[in-house]
Amino acid sequence: MNPKRLEASLLELVQRTSCDLPRDVEATILRGLRQEAKDSTARYALEVVRQNIELARKKQLPLCQDTGTILFFVRGPKGLDAKLFRRAGDAAVKHATEVGYLRQNSVDPLTGKNSGTNLGPGSPVYHFEQGDRQSTEVRLILKGGGCENMGIQYSLPHGGLKAGRDLAGIEKCILDAVFQAQGKGCAPGVLGVCIGGDRATGYAHSKEQLLRTLDDKNPDRVLAQLEARVMKKANELGIGPMGFGGKTTLLGCKIGMLNRLPASYFVSISYMCWAFRRRGCTLSGTGQVSRWLYEGA
Amino acid sequence: MIITTPISDEVIRSLHVGQVLEVSGSVFTGRDAVHKYIFDGGASPVDMRGSVIYHCGPVVVKEKGVWVVKAAGPTTSIREEPYQAEVIRRLGLRGVIGKGGMGQKTLDACRELGCVYMHAIGGAAQVLADVVKEVPGVYLMEKFGSPEAIWHMRVERFPVVITMDAHGNSLHKEVDAASKAKLAELLEKI
Repeated sequence: MNPKRLEASLLELVQRTSCDLPRDVEATILRGLRQEAKDSTARYALEVVRQNIELARKKQLPLCQDTGTILFFVRGPKGLDAKLFRRAGDAAVKHATEVGYLRQNSVDPLTGKNSGTNLGPGSPVYHFEQGDRQSTEVRLILKGGGCENMGIQYSLPHGGLKAGRDLAGIEKCILDAVFQAQGKGCAPGVLGVCIGGDRATGYAHSKEQLLRTLDDKNPDRVLAQLEARVMKKANELGIGPMGFGGKTTLLGCKIGMLNRLPASYFVSISYMCWAFRRRGCTLSGTGQVSRWLYEGA
Repeated sequence: MIITTPISDEVIRSLHVGQVLEVSGSVFTGRDAVHKYIFDGGASPVDMRGSVIYHCGPVVVKEKGVWVVKAAGPTTSIREEPYQAEVIRRLGLRGVIGKGGMGQKTLDACRELGCVYMHAIGGAAQVLADVVKEVPGVYLMEKFGSPEAIWHMRVERFPVVITMDAHGNSLHKEVDAASKAKLAELLEKI
């Protein structure tokens, strides 16, 4: 790949992600808006959200001032040069920060010093997956701190919830997570869930679930049914947009699984806010964008 | 309904949880550093009496010598819970704008001192930057840096929902309790 061309493509990806919500998320928010009662604070909150989505798109400015953790997910052919990719990604992120698509958001936890560039240990985050494929696909999620703070990991069995190591126990954990988040993660939100794995892979896999579109169907029938049950029940909790009360508490619930150790049983949950900034593109051999993902209605 | 700062005790006590409002006039940003500074006895560089503090770390740039706010959504308020009651008292605030709600100590201070918690729409950085019409000044910028500084913003029709009033009511407490009961009912049936 041509490093300069790749950098330009990734810069445009960052801009689109920060300033314009993917169609599936916007459509789901608008459906939520329509189902809230007229003159309710829930509808009012979603009405402001709708205006904000349109304004950010028009002005090409960040939807939310917290441009969050920068998560790149890259799927490429066997020969993909990860080092070259990181270098281009870092340059694109630095540039995007200079021009204001990203806030200065990377802080040394010991000194409190902000790097000012969004570059530093662990920032941005890159996940690489190489295999038998011709083209490279890159997806980006910007995940704000308010919702990241609402993530939670359960270890089953869980005494307080009377949750065992079975589907019922998993469902109880997920509903408890929605209750605990209330409006604090900028509801209505989307859950990425991983059943199994270890503590690290569980959270990582829960975030990967957020790459799925809200209107897709889980190919695993058991998980698809669990997702549907969670959606129905979570939206009966009455937490609503911003926690003001209302019908729209969750916009989506996406569940995956990993094998676990006999001794461990984790349910890892990532909460994503309504400002669900997720975009992606397919790259040509030179690093040019050949197709944008998540553009469909 | 539009209320304009400075706000009187009488107007504040006429407000109730669940009400949608628009705030016009002077609003001052203040987040973690400012709250700790005032709580620890630091002098306020600007008179905020009767006005509103906004939990926000805005993105502000200077264009042709004038400050322009580019993004200004609320940040999570609960981090200021240890300081907020005292900050309301010392600065003579009538309102706190933020997101996510605050705790009992702040709720008690609102009742005692005549103050309300106004919930802004989290994530709505562009709508909320759009209502800032002018930035008359910035304070403690050198000491705390741009996001943590006190930005004096003149706003027009800043949209908020009253979620904690001066009568001891909190929408956050209500929704938490109602959803807790519903959760128990749902878990029981699984």
